[in-house]
Amino acid sequence: MLAITLPAVLLVALLVLLPMSWLSWLSFVDESGAFTLENYTRIFVSGAYIPIIINTFIISFVVTLLVSVLGYPIAYLMAQSSPRVTSFLLTAVLLPYWTPVLVRTYGWMAILQRNGPLNEALLALGVVNAPVQFLYQTSGAVIGMTQIMLPYLIIPVYIALRGVDKDYLRAAAGLGASPTVAFIRIYLPLSLPGFAAGVLLVFILSIGFYVVPALMGGGRVTMIAMRIERSVMVFPNWGAASALAIVLLVATLVLLAISVKLARLGGNLR
Amino acid sequence: MNDMQIPHLNRLWLYVLCGLIVFFLIAPAFVIVPMSFSSSSQLRFPPSGFSLQWYERLFFDARWQSAMGVSGLVAMGTVLVATPLGTLAAYGLHQYKGMVSTLINVLIMSPIMLPVILIAIGTFFLYAKIGLLHSIVGLILAHSCLAIPFVMISVASGLTKFDMNLELAARIHGATRVQTFLRVTLPQLRMSIAAGALLSLVTSLDDVLISLFISGGSSTTLTKLMFSSMRDQIDPTISAISTCLIALAVIAITIARSIGVGERK
Repeated sequence: MLAITLPAVLLVALLVLLPMSWLSWLSFVDESGAFTLENYTRIFVSGAYIPIIINTFIISFVVTLLVSVLGYPIAYLMAQSSPRVTSFLLTAVLLPYWTPVLVRTYGWMAILQRNGPLNEALLALGVVNAPVQFLYQTSGAVIGMTQIMLPYLIIPVYIALRGVDKDYLRAAAGLGASPTVAFIRIYLPLSLPGFAAGVLLVFILSIGFYVVPALMGGGRVTMIAMRIERSVMVFPNWGAASALAIVLLVATLVLLAISVKLARLGGNLR
Repeated sequence: MNDMQIPHLNRLWLYVLCGLIVFFLIAPAFVIVPMSFSSSSQLRFPPSGFSLQWYERLFFDARWQSAMGVSGLVAMGTVLVATPLGTLAAYGLHQYKGMVSTLINVLIMSPIMLPVILIAIGTFFLYAKIGLLHSIVGLILAHSCLAIPFVMISVASGLTKFDMNLELAARIHGATRVQTFLRVTLPQLRMSIAAGALLSLVTSLDDVLISLFISGGSSTTLTKLMFSSMRDQIDPTISAISTCLIALAVIAITIARSIGVGERK
């Protein structure tokens, strides 16, 4: 019966696995086909790549932090509210989730531009005296990425929070814990594995991000994926592109392995 | 509401915070839709005046027409390829648990776990060798790789609620394996399959990066055209196409919610 998975397996093997193996091989050979580590030493020794890798991780970290802080309260409210409120919140989360990334990026470019609604509101409120440059800056890219990543955190965390047994909270209350104490000592720890898995997912997606930094960074923001694109499209250098791709692949796989471990941990706690 | 709830007044801050976050989530859509009806070529909000000029530009410009046609075709092709393949994979994996099926599961899920840039340069590399660059078929196959995992997740969750004894009953009464699948199992899974098909459609229309690499010329997709228009200068025609795509997302969510995706189970 496993044979009926074959069409899907063949398609993915041909389009994903095969080119990926090819690229890893390419990253270890030079133009004459001899084995070399030059592509990797260039990444880690020459000064051009390290800042991009560090920048990618810093931006991803900031985005993940913002998404976690903004996402948890929504997921919490969704898990606690009446079905009607939950349904409304779910729609508010699903609408951006199902809207193409490019469309949302465009919306943010309109909002954040020099004479856009955000600057006009800030000027009208007297928060700033002159329009702030958000767009074509790291700050604009971070705002855009945060909104785009939010649903990826909210949905898994909501599912995890729904699984938290409310009897534990009742027991805590019965033993005299205030709602705040019950939340911090009982609810938060029980929801932690699901939360951590969502956080890691957002981080994994962030380090591979291309569209938002490419459009909203205005050339001032370079992330790994953008550098890979340039190595392939602008100055075809498959050695450099493939080595950088393998670095990104390994980073992703390590993070995925950690998130699988965390999911197991979460399963055991239940 | 249960007895454990903190009184509503005490958690007012939570409601206010969540209200702001919801506003943050829907803000882009909130700005784009009115802007698409603006009469000015300036990207201003609130827009000045009402006109349909950007829609006219969108529907009468040959480049946008062609791109919409390509993306529509690719999205439909993706639904037609990914839905049966993902359904079969979910069904096959549901019946056998073990090392091999775990490996197959990981392989089929890999396109959505890995950064899209890797899939994009991989398919670009492969298609350049086998001559599938700038082809509709190539786009459909690449998008199907991204969509199959979503179909599989959707159908797999439908299968967990399906009672396999029903299949056994059909088999005992003389139905063949294929007959059983088509007449007993498949009808029960139709909602999950429909949800998977819908997700395939949305996935195909959402892709930017793969299209940037492997589409071009007469097969330029809508997202590739939008991306290059946004990079060069902010063209208000994008407000019009964005509004159409938001409308499509609203329709898709409405259908998905009505067939029970994402509902409290």
